Amino acid sequence: MILARVTGTLVATQKNPKLEGAKLLLVQPLTLEDTPRGPELLAVDGVGAGVHEKVLIVLEGRAASDAIDRKAAPVDAAIVGIVDRVDFG
Amino acid sequence: MQLGRVVGHVVLSLKNDTLDGVTLLLVQPLSSLREPVGRVVVAADSVGSGTGEEVFFVRGKEASFPFHPTEVPADAGIVGIVDHWHIG
Repeated sequence: MILARVTGTLVATQKNPKLEGAKLLLVQPLTLEDTPRGPELLAVDGVGAGVHEKVLIVLEGRAASDAIDRKAAPVDAAIVGIVDRVDFG
Repeated sequence: MQLGRVVGHVVLSLKNDTLDGVTLLLVQPLSSLREPVGRVVVAADSVGSGTGEEVFFVRGKEASFPFHPTEVPADAGIVGIVDHWHIG
């Protein structure tokens, strides 16, 4: 799993039926220092996250599919938590 | 998933049987500012997208799920056509 910041929302009318009703959010993966790391991703939202929130993302198909309670949905990233804080050591 | 733009398609004459009827498109991954990010990938299309359209695609085994029960040997698949996105 990775930490990321929600940066935006996306609307798509024509999509795979398994994604019907799923909320799609643009997220920017972060380093532990909160700086951007790598390209932005599109994740399905399993927790009701909003723009600017720091979130926990699972990057694996089965887990992402489970996060939105749909079997065999063609997704590879899902938001599974909203981060309150990260403690070191 | 990642944002991308369809920039072309691939035609195969000799192919795995399970790829019969599957449209293979070239997709340039994009940032949310519409800048190209990384290299172009070949993706299986299951939503009827075409050249020039902005789409989102999934990577990995999940790319074959839209074709269930056929086990399509794809590692990238277009799963939606983007209407618009909004950066907060």
